[in-house]
Amino acid sequence: MNLVTPDGGLLFWMTLIFLLLFFILAKFGFPIITEMVEKRNRHIDESLRLAREAQTRMNDLEKEQAALLEKTRTEQTQILREAARTRENIIAQAKSEARDEAAKLLEKAKIEIAAEKESALRDIRKEVALLSVDIAERVMREKLASDEEQSRYIGRLVDEFTARNQTN
Amino acid sequence: MRKWLYILCLLCLPLLSRAEAGEDFAVADVIFEHIGDAYEWHFWGEGDHAVALHLPIIVRSRTTGWHCFSSRRLAHGEEYAGFRLSPDSGKVVEMVEGQEVRPLDISITKNVLSLLMSSLLLAVLVLLAARWYRRHDSLEEAPSGLAGLLEPLVMMIHDMARENIGEDYKRYSPFLCTAFFFILLNNFLGIVPFFPGGANLTGNIAVTLVLALCTFLAVNLFGTKHYYREIFWPDVPAFLKPIMPVIEVFSALVKPISLTIRLFANMLAGHILILSLVCIIFIMYKFGPVLFGSMTFISVLFGLFMDLLECLVAFIQAYVFTMLSSIYIGLSREKGE
Repeated sequence: MNLVTPDGGLLFWMTLIFLLLFFILAKFGFPIITEMVEKRNRHIDESLRLAREAQTRMNDLEKEQAALLEKTRTEQTQILREAARTRENIIAQAKSEARDEAAKLLEKAKIEIAAEKESALRDIRKEVALLSVDIAERVMREKLASDEEQSRYIGRLVDEFTARNQTN
Repeated sequence: MRKWLYILCLLCLPLLSRAEAGEDFAVADVIFEHIGDAYEWHFWGEGDHAVALHLPIIVRSRTTGWHCFSSRRLAHGEEYAGFRLSPDSGKVVEMVEGQEVRPLDISITKNVLSLLMSSLLLAVLVLLAARWYRRHDSLEEAPSGLAGLLEPLVMMIHDMARENIGEDYKRYSPFLCTAFFFILLNNFLGIVPFFPGGANLTGNIAVTLVLALCTFLAVNLFGTKHYYREIFWPDVPAFLKPIMPVIEVFSALVKPISLTIRLFANMLAGHILILSLVCIIFIMYKFGPVLFGSMTFISVLFGLFMDLLECLVAFIQAYVFTMLSSIYIGLSREKGE
């Protein structure tokens, strides 16, 4: 049958032309296209990988930033709290010191006042004693102006002494 | 309502047509003329009004040496320099002592011309696409135009080669790409009913045989040790050892034959189907306007369907041929465990 017997002439031409076509396309055609596309594919893969890495790095950075912010905030509150506490402490200490100082001053003042009072009292007593001796002298002098009086007085004094000695 | 109007118009068509086909319409001749090879490229018209491209005949006679002349000289059964067209086979024969002797015939026939044109077209298309990649930085811009059209197809075959062949697929990828595009382009050109298409190239067994032989050589010339061991000394029980090489060698030989027949038969069958559907129109002419019109409508409908199906088949067959080739090559490149 004509259809299933390969024709020699066509076989010859087909072999020649197909091999020629194959060598031309295998040298100047397909490898250039496939190489370029593979290069591009590699480039795309690489770019995607880089983008992914950048994304994760950015996420990390964001997380880090958030953590840092959080830490700063807690530190800030802590510092503020500490400052407040320190302030209160200082005030309290100052108050207590002031109180102590005041108490000490008061104590000292009291002691001084007491000493002053003592010395004043001593002075007054001394003065009063001198004054009373003086007055007694003056009274005695007035009373013992006459001889009669003097003798009466001496008598009385002697009585008194004897009375006292008798009771002892 | 509108549908009936269309059908009425279709029924009137035969009354207007001046087709001369009639009782002596020979379907088989028409079909075989279309799917066969010829020394001229027939365009239209019959007999003396035929318009055809007469192609050069190149023959070498055992007695008179090389001859090169136009096929016009052999038209209508004429004889030239001792050569004439055999009434049986339609091939050029030489009359030597009253016997028909076939000379060495490397004429530029219809199929060879179609082969030349399609190969040239394919080379130009691929080289133009490759030029785009040479001229542009593919990392900077996406391919456009021809390169953008061819790139997915090229990469489809390239990826197929990588999946089926393995590590040294780059050596085979150009062959697979060439085979794929060659078959695809010629399949599509075969569907186009007029010049420069219309030649039944991939439905010709010589063409598919050469393609399959190329695959056969690609498989068997670069086979690994493991591949040949599997053929001649496989790991089978001792009593099978003498039988297995016979089976394996037979299987290796059948592979290219199956590739040949598959592509050839598929494309030939498609062409015959479409031509048969078209021929219905001319056969029905003598059965009166109603039958003629309705059958024309049906055959155009079916012809359209078959044409679309053939577009699908054109791609599928090119793809299947390439895929099987890559699988066979992949089997021959196995390194073993």
